Amino acid sequence: MSAIYILWLRQLKRYFRVRIRILSALGQPLLFLISLGFGFAPLYKRAGAGDYLQYLVPGVVTMGILFPAVFSGIEIIWDRQFGFLKETFVAPVARFQIILGRTLGGATTSSIQGLIVLVICSVAGFRMANPLLLPVAVGFMFLIALFGNSIGAAIGSVLDDVQGFQLIMNFLVMPLFFFSNALYPVDELPAPLKVAIHLNPLSYGIDGLRGVLSHPFLLGQAIDFVILAAVTTVLLGVGTYLFSRIQL
Amino acid sequence: MIEVQNLTKRYGEFTAVDRITFSVPKGIIFGFLGPNGAGKTTTIKMLTTMLKPTDGSIRIDGFDPVRDQGAVRRAFGIVFQDPSLDDTLTAFENMELHAVLYRVDHRARRERIEKLLRFIGLWDRRTDFVKRFSGGMKRRLEIARALLHQPKIMFLDEPTLGLDPQTRNHIWSYIEHLSREGGVTVFFTTHYMEEADRVADEIAVIDHGTIVAQGSPASLKERAQTASLEDAFISLTGHAIRDEEASSTDHMRQVRKIMGSR
Repeated sequence: MSAIYILWLRQLKRYFRVRIRILSALGQPLLFLISLGFGFAPLYKRAGAGDYLQYLVPGVVTMGILFPAVFSGIEIIWDRQFGFLKETFVAPVARFQIILGRTLGGATTSSIQGLIVLVICSVAGFRMANPLLLPVAVGFMFLIALFGNSIGAAIGSVLDDVQGFQLIMNFLVMPLFFFSNALYPVDELPAPLKVAIHLNPLSYGIDGLRGVLSHPFLLGQAIDFVILAAVTTVLLGVGTYLFSRIQL
Repeated sequence: MIEVQNLTKRYGEFTAVDRITFSVPKGIIFGFLGPNGAGKTTTIKMLTTMLKPTDGSIRIDGFDPVRDQGAVRRAFGIVFQDPSLDDTLTAFENMELHAVLYRVDHRARRERIEKLLRFIGLWDRRTDFVKRFSGGMKRRLEIARALLHQPKIMFLDEPTLGLDPQTRNHIWSYIEHLSREGGVTVFFTTHYMEEADRVADEIAVIDHGTIVAQGSPASLKERAQTASLEDAFISLTGHAIRDEEASSTDHMRQVRKIMGSR
């Protein structure tokens, strides 16, 4: 337990100490918030769909969580190449504790990142339907963060070079985000896209978060939570397995 | 303290370590020498539970690294060839993290960290981030860290690589102190033959995965009929230069240099 805790704490310390990273990870979601949020709002309103900002913000918050989360998982590559991983690997601690501490730490910091995005969105005019549901929203954010971290950890455990990094960003993380319900309503989309979005586990996280943030609480969110939690558990298992197989 | 018998590691067709046998008695300083790519690091990895042997047996303080991983890991401390500190943490935090991973009793923790940091002369710098440290300071900190859980055996993979003579001297004096005062068994590798000659009680020379000579520095020199250990080493292992292929770590270093810090 104490090993998991100290490695969790390490991730938090690293996060708060490299402030430039906090700032730079905010850039992308804020760009989306401002350009899409305000750019498409008039069109969305004229179509009779309501307030686009209310729709978009859960997606933007998810973006603010997902990208740093995957990145934080993938950072295993750095730890591996620059030695710190060795220090943990020769310690009398099981591998799953190491990866668990690390992943929980990364999920915590990415959730904080998401909260910062949410606060900025609120300044920009977003209103939570029911502020009392904030803890539930945080639960969804943490789950999305854990999902992203587990993906990153699985990838970081098999790559031994940063070469493949751009590939993963462009062919995994970006599609995961864009082929979801983050930016637009799904109901009237062409069938193939609709199927893709329904198959994308992230969509359930966003749907849940959107439900909690923008609509009064509905039963559907529980199902969202269960689906994403199940997928995340599997991914965490895969990540742990791959991590345990790393040879230095 | 270390017993190795017919230890072998094969990667497909390639045999990195080929049926080596040696033993290191308790409390001595043992030098494990060999040219690049001879199998030194592979051997250390097998001794320290990081790599499973293909064949042969190992006993570290009586335990098998494959079957009794935990017991073996608690028995040794290691200083790797590459730095393995977290440089976004302070010196003290690096020590603390190690103490927690090795379950050093928290009442003893602070006192022991202070004693070791004073021993290597970094107590006054304990709240500084490791990224501000020089190569020599990092190496000293790694030695202190490896001693924190009071290991019986200390592995040092090229502990003085890339350091200036002053620091190298310091580091060897710590190591000798450990062995003479603390009774710690020391297993090290190095490319500096005069250092090995000065500090090692016993030496094994490995080349192409097999041990080609073993004994005290004096006996090796005598056997090769040479004045220095370096000459003895060359007469044992030949003049050919060993080219190692660049590893992905070398590549990553390049990337890190370009991208700045991580």
